[in-house]
Amino acid sequence: MSEHSGGNEPVVIVGAGLAGYTTARELRKHDRARPLVIVTADDGAFYSKPMLSNALAQHKAPADLALKDAAGMAAELDAEILTRTRVAAIDPAARTVTTGGGRTLSYGDLVLATGAVPVRVPLEGDAAGAVISVNHLDDYARFRDALPDGGTVLIMGPGLIGCEFANDLAAAGHPVHVVGPAPHPLDRLLPEPAARRLQQALAELGVTWHLGTTVAAVERGGGTLRARLADGTGVDAHVVLSAVGLAPDTRLAAAAGLTVNRGIVVDRHLRTSGAHVWALGDCAEVEGLVLPFVMPLMACARALGATLGGTPTAVRYPPMPVTVKTPACPVVVCPPVPPVEGAWEVDEGGDGVRGLYRDGQGHLRGFALTGGRVREKQALVKDIPPWLDGQAASDG
Amino acid sequence: MSSEYRKWQCIVCGFIYDEAAGLPEDGIAPGTRWEDIPEDWACPECGVAKADFEMVEITA
Ligand SMILES: Cc1cc2nc3c(=O)[nH]c(=O)nc-3n(C[C@H](O)[C@H](O)[C@H](O)COP(=O)(O)OP(=O)(O)OC[C@H]3O[C@@H](n4cnc5c(N)ncnc54)[C@H](O)[C@@H]3O)c2cc1C
Ligand SMILES: [Zn+2]
Repeated sequence: MSEHSGGNEPVVIVGAGLAGYTTARELRKHDRARPLVIVTADDGAFYSKPMLSNALAQHKAPADLALKDAAGMAAELDAEILTRTRVAAIDPAARTVTTGGGRTLSYGDLVLATGAVPVRVPLEGDAAGAVISVNHLDDYARFRDALPDGGTVLIMGPGLIGCEFANDLAAAGHPVHVVGPAPHPLDRLLPEPAARRLQQALAELGVTWHLGTTVAAVERGGGTLRARLADGTGVDAHVVLSAVGLAPDTRLAAAAGLTVNRGIVVDRHLRTSGAHVWALGDCAEVEGLVLPFVMPLMACARALGATLGGTPTAVRYPPMPVTVKTPACPVVVCPPVPPVEGAWEVDEGGDGVRGLYRDGQGHLRGFALTGGRVREKQALVKDIPPWLDGQAASDG
Repeated sequence: MSSEYRKWQCIVCGFIYDEAAGLPEDGIAPGTRWEDIPEDWACPECGVAKADFEMVEITA
């Protein structure tokens, strides 16, 4: 079976996030004629998700972040876009998908770009249901609606997204509490001296840290919410934001019998275990790698757009450092990918920290930079081997 | 030099290119105009190509 033999049967893309829309754009660079249908549970507006966690600093209201509506995207992409429509099931044998409304669509190729679902930790209390997770523009609009001027925010989870929201909210004058079990923010990504710089810079901005503990319960009381922490502390807040993590949304794929591990399992060509079914973005596990960031999904979208357009193309990942949007303490981190046994070598010079992560042979496999030392990114990245090189045995 | 330096923002990831600051670590000197950045340049945060016109001018 040829790998792109969907012929002139439609390409159906499930999901209108950056992964779905970028794949559509890339496909159109190679093939303007193939029928294209995008099915999305949301309203189909094109927006930049990373901007959700620095919208306040840029004086943007949620509505300002929607750059183009579904009609505009449909015109740009020569696509039919079904908004507020969930795909309920896939039948890989019949090459059809069924929507929640009962409509059946045939596909030549199916692209799963379903994103991730926020991890929720079980909480006690009558306001546990009021906790908001932000993984979409709609969630963010609800969050901003719930947040009064100068209102206090409690953030669960001192990871990347939690720290970015903490910086953005504190800089805009909101009292912010951050709660998490780790001893430092970004604990899994940064060596301790770098994490401490970030922690201190955010504290100076007005962030109150509650580390080494978790939120046990959220209750209503006196017009606000009251969180009870496992260490006995009580924190009053207008809004509680959960940023404890994201998990690839593999539900559709799993129900259709496709191979799923942490994410939807795909090879270097973004092929799932099902013929003519592809996956990329936050929902996918590419050759064992789950990388829920923009740069990897752009690389995947370029490869998949070419493949669906008739030129089978394997994805290649260069090292892709992540910039943490915490202007109070700029942070750039290039984690070791795939994970490798090693140790940090830390240099704390005046305007920041530089951590070099070396494997047992002394090879540079990752790095972390803070403050002025983020300038060293370009020089360091040159010494890191590609995360996934395009020359796969499966080529051809 | 009559016109002022401008800032451009990547609509995919929010990265801001400030003409005044340039991107020295990327080989782009301070003061380099958006127009003068090579066509094969890509956003350092998300990899979007300049040719895709993904940058919009911002006033900040
Ligand atoms: C606050 C925040 C800040 C971030 N900042 C950065 C950053 O600075 N840099 C960076 O690289 N990354 C960042 N990320 C991560 C990055 O935004 C994501 O990796 C990327 O946006 C994921 O895109 P996606 O298209 O895979 O998923 P999503 O954007 O989640 O899109 C999934 C789509 O699938 C649809 N869908 C799901 N299931 C169905 C179904 N059954 N039927 C129909 N439609 C369905 C949804 O409606 C949605 O349209 C950030 C993430 C967040 C939340
Ligand atoms: Zn960008």
